[in-house]
Amino acid sequence: MTTLTRGPEAVKLPAPAPAPRQRGRLLTITLFVLPALVLFLLLVVAPILVAFYASLFRWNGFGGLPTNFIGLDNFTRLFGTEIFRRDLWHLLVLVLFSVLVQLPFSLAIAMLLNQRIRGRALYRLVFFAPYVLSEVITGVLFSLILAPDSGMANQILSLFGADSEWLADPDTVMPSLFLVMTWKYFGFHMMIYLAGRQNIPNELVEAAQIDGASSWKTFRHITLPLLGPTIRISVFLSVIYTIQLFDLVWILTQGGPSHSSETMAVTMFEWGFKRSQVGYASAISVVMFLLSLVFALFYQRFVMRRDLEGATTNLGGRR
Amino acid sequence: MTHGKKPAPRRNTLPLHAVAWIVGAFILIPVIYAVLGGFKQNSELSTNPFGLPSSWMTGNYTEVLASGSFWLQLWNSMFIAVTTTVITVGVAALAGFIFARFAFRGREALFTLFTAGLMFPFAVAILPIFVLLRTFGLLGNPLGVILVQAAFGLPLTIIILRGFFRSIPGEIEEAAIIDGCSPFGFFWRILLPMAKPAVATVSVLAIVGSWNNFMLPLVVFTEEANWTLPLGIQQFQGQYASDTARILAYLVLAMVPALGFYAVAERHLVGGLTAGATKG
Repeated sequence: MTTLTRGPEAVKLPAPAPAPRQRGRLLTITLFVLPALVLFLLLVVAPILVAFYASLFRWNGFGGLPTNFIGLDNFTRLFGTEIFRRDLWHLLVLVLFSVLVQLPFSLAIAMLLNQRIRGRALYRLVFFAPYVLSEVITGVLFSLILAPDSGMANQILSLFGADSEWLADPDTVMPSLFLVMTWKYFGFHMMIYLAGRQNIPNELVEAAQIDGASSWKTFRHITLPLLGPTIRISVFLSVIYTIQLFDLVWILTQGGPSHSSETMAVTMFEWGFKRSQVGYASAISVVMFLLSLVFALFYQRFVMRRDLEGATTNLGGRR
Repeated sequence: MTHGKKPAPRRNTLPLHAVAWIVGAFILIPVIYAVLGGFKQNSELSTNPFGLPSSWMTGNYTEVLASGSFWLQLWNSMFIAVTTTVITVGVAALAGFIFARFAFRGREALFTLFTAGLMFPFAVAILPIFVLLRTFGLLGNPLGVILVQAAFGLPLTIIILRGFFRSIPGEIEEAAIIDGCSPFGFFWRILLPMAKPAVATVSVLAIVGSWNNFMLPLVVFTEEANWTLPLGIQQFQGQYASDTARILAYLVLAMVPALGFYAVAERHLVGGLTAGATKG
């Protein structure tokens, strides 16, 4: 992500200073950066390295560092399990859902709220509100609403003579989960799109309209291409989030029924904290990490690269 | 939006409003259902899910408010959120200051290391962090949650603050140095006060992140005395599984601080998230 943040250097290079000043400068730099560096290395970098190390051992998490080295056995075991293959499948399904349904929906609503309609500030406020509620509040609320017998959702459906098992049925659990995710997160993507839209000069849009382009054509050929960088970032955030999805799933289904909504993070949590197979669970962590890393590098290299060069790209940079 | 030169032609905005109302209903109905449901009896929830309660039962709400555990969880959540924010922002501001205004060899590499932290999924580190905290005896200690949250909050906070610090003209620093200001004096007395909007933004992000955190408190806290609101809600649901109305009341009361904070800090929250997203 760094490459994106490099702007024109605003830093004033200090003139060569005499030696004592120089030493003082070094001391300042060290003292100011050290707390952040220690905290970051100890609690972010080191644990991730330990996860890599532990993934090569059979280890229950006790007694210092692991000793029972088993090479890549945890990984071969992992990839041989049905559950893990289904985790990957669920990741793919959720990513496709997000990119094909949730994000276009967010974009449409953002375009709607970009019109001059009365009360749009209030609409914006309401649509974003679920994002500030915790995953636990959201999850518990919807587990009650989607309860199979007496939940509110089924009472709505019963008006049409239908009903559903929602989260309790392997066939409907993923769409139900996705419904909850949309409720909670579409406002976030909407806000990103609105911010991106506001960085497009209205003159461009107006010029197209004066030239007689329909609103769909204006959107398709002016607004959408100029929103490209914003959309690519929102896809990026969505994928990275989905790779580590845990809280909502844990509250709503714990991965069930019979693993039909399980994610990698849920599987990792099960094995690591419930069954104390820390080495095996670490292998899942490593896969999550590598997936995020490979995706991030690939995405920045091939998808977002254009955005680092263009002039229309410093979106939302300065408020 | 402010570029409009001529008044917008009068158009029929009714279809737009209709769509906005449908989406609004999708968002609001679950919340309204919870608020009203908290005033109902369980039997009424299944016969009359949408209407107003036939008689307003305040018992569910008052019993939650009268119980010590709700207030204790509220206090724990607040304490952890505030402490996390102070540490995150304090430590990140010092580092961001150096990354913004000092040139030294390895600066970009170091900064890149921090920014790479943005894409480290937290779930990857949770097992080793758990083992580490247990080794240091920090399980069941709020400090365990606070320090880990602060560490994972550093990347975004440093990026946003560094960006802001860089936008402050060098002449101000020169003037301060000529007037005999030490680097820390400049940072503390001039730069930080000027950066108030950015500090407010990153603080709001840190507070919300901590407030909603679930996975970390879940593995660190076993004692009920330490529970934060998310843990309390989850536990409450397990405890009163069939008493839906009571759980709804608990949920609604737990929503109040978050929505109240949102109402107050909406500008900073949205500004920070979109800036973080589009800049990061």
